[in-house]
Amino acid sequence: MADALIRVENLYKIFGDNPERAMKLVRDGFSKDEILTRSNQTVGLRDINLEIYNGEVFVIMGLSGSGKSTLIRHFNRLIDPTTGSIFVDNTDLMQLDQNDLALFRQQKISMVFQRFALMPHRNVIDNIAYGLKVQNLPRDERYERSQNWIDIVGLSGYENHYPSQLSGGQQQRVGLARALCTDAEVLLMDEAFSALDPLIRANLQGQLMDLQKRLKKTIVFITHDLDEALLVGDRIAILKDGMILQVGEAKDILLEPADEHVEAFVRNVNRARVLTVKDIMKDKLVRIDPSNTGGALQQLQKNESDIGYVVEKDSYKGVVTRASIERGQAGSVAAESQLNELVIKGPTLRNSTILQDALATTMESEFPVPVICEQGKIEGIVHRKDLLEVLSGNPAS
Amino acid sequence: MIDLTWLWNFPAMDREVLVAIRKTLDNGYRTFSRNYGELIETLFEPLLFFLVWFEKLLLNTPWIVILAILVALTYFGSRSVKLSIGVLLSFLLIGYFGMWDNTMRTLSIITVATLLSVIVGIPIGILMARSDRLQSVITPILDVMQTMPAFVYLIPVVMLLGIGKVPGIIAVVIYAIPPVIRLTNLGIRLVDKDVLEASTAFGASRQQRLMDVQLPLALPTIMAGINQTIMMALSMVVIASMIGVSGLGQPVLKSITNQYFTMGLFNGLAIVAIAIMFDRVSQAYAKRNLKHLESLQNG
Repeated sequence: MADALIRVENLYKIFGDNPERAMKLVRDGFSKDEILTRSNQTVGLRDINLEIYNGEVFVIMGLSGSGKSTLIRHFNRLIDPTTGSIFVDNTDLMQLDQNDLALFRQQKISMVFQRFALMPHRNVIDNIAYGLKVQNLPRDERYERSQNWIDIVGLSGYENHYPSQLSGGQQQRVGLARALCTDAEVLLMDEAFSALDPLIRANLQGQLMDLQKRLKKTIVFITHDLDEALLVGDRIAILKDGMILQVGEAKDILLEPADEHVEAFVRNVNRARVLTVKDIMKDKLVRIDPSNTGGALQQLQKNESDIGYVVEKDSYKGVVTRASIERGQAGSVAAESQLNELVIKGPTLRNSTILQDALATTMESEFPVPVICEQGKIEGIVHRKDLLEVLSGNPAS
Repeated sequence: MIDLTWLWNFPAMDREVLVAIRKTLDNGYRTFSRNYGELIETLFEPLLFFLVWFEKLLLNTPWIVILAILVALTYFGSRSVKLSIGVLLSFLLIGYFGMWDNTMRTLSIITVATLLSVIVGIPIGILMARSDRLQSVITPILDVMQTMPAFVYLIPVVMLLGIGKVPGIIAVVIYAIPPVIRLTNLGIRLVDKDVLEASTAFGASRQQRLMDVQLPLALPTIMAGINQTIMMALSMVVIASMIGVSGLGQPVLKSITNQYFTMGLFNGLAIVAIAIMFDRVSQAYAKRNLKHLESLQNG
């Protein structure tokens, strides 16, 4: 993966009038609650170390009070840390003065807010163009760029409406367009979809993911909803009481939770809708070259396998079973043509298929189902047993 | 017997000491006004010039033009035919009852006093909203300005500047400025923190945040403050007439001293008519132009 675009090192944030005292207690290893009773200071964030890579969607997930909104506000210094450093694109944010910080916020980073935070006295086009107005760009350019984003987020015709005339979903489209309009590299989304109805939320999530495919921004996405985190996130950090419990891809978090807190988070997730075939497929399989029919049986015997996958010039052809080869060999030495007759064109899967959709195929198939890429190459196989174990929630390994 | 009379008679300071204190303060202020009165008067000269110019403008323009302008302003401010007809009728009555000139004088002093209050008051309110310490200093001063009987601060103003239009307008402004300061401060403090944060997140400077977010979102509250200021300025007109401010206040003052009930009533009603006109027009205007600020967020 590319270099870290955002890097956070040893970040602590104490809320209260005497952070020094609380920091001392933190170093002595007291918990958040103990520090609150002893010094009346709240530990917002505790020893945060993070690297967020260029072009990824990084989700920070936690329940309310876990410090996620505090953390995201450090990335554009809406909140200053008590100690620690934040680098964005190798710029040390703590070294910026007021002017440089304003420039940084104008050009490098933009933000979408949970409660939309639109300007009620400005219409849609002016709201979206606000980031450009702050930069004192001429009106024509502002409107041109703003109009482009209005069309992309599907609000054409609403240019002159005011936020109070729009629905929640439409308002957040304006919020999203406003953030994208400045062409900043980094997009911060603070529970951007949490205030919306489920249907509209799903709609906007889809739109965000479509946009991301084209734009390849670096997105930091905050949510308290694990399903949303797993859906949009390339990597996920789980935050509790101001501490990061685990960082990893969806499958790491689901299949190998770091501790009981993470496990509690993921317990009720519908794995079938989140995990893909890729997450459970096994590489180990017997490849059989059809030009070497005689070797096929030996190969199967050597690997103590009953099933072989016939691959001709990197292209998957089908399955042969040991039993059928043995039966065929009873009379004469099997010729190439004969092996081809034995090949069964069974079902196949794609590695991006979610388990829910792979379930029927896998259960109905007599053999572990091969996973085929677009070029026809075989990438692995899915065992019925693995699928069931993952879905039942007790991974064997 | 022990002498217990001090329980019934408050042990006040000696009369001589009190007189000495009063004399020192009075003399000090008198010297100050003798030495600096003229200088301060010259500082206020532009104000006097503007005041006189505006009053003459109102008096020298044919009444029918003024009437047309007033009705037009009412209509375009409020978009209400009813209100416009009301204004037309009341000013026709005012003119018919022989109070046109005095009404114009009052109108001019109210306009200038309001402008002055807004020009001075809004910046003070903005500064106050930015600093809790400044707020804790200015709030008690505003309390004094609003509760101190107007006659009391007429005295030093008259000592300093004599009798006339300028001291009159200063008295009116002192009395009428607190609402606009208070409500500017309040309005800015009540601005939605989320919107302000969004503006910061896009890199807006302090100045941009003020002009783009704080003032526009505080505008309904600030308008309510201006409205209150106008009302208070109008109620001060009668008192200000005691120190030489011409207008509708003077006939009222005359009717108090001579017990002319009807004359007092007519002039009083004329003041009421102006007050209602200002109030309704400014409120209708604010309501019409700020409707997007109400019931905002979350469709």
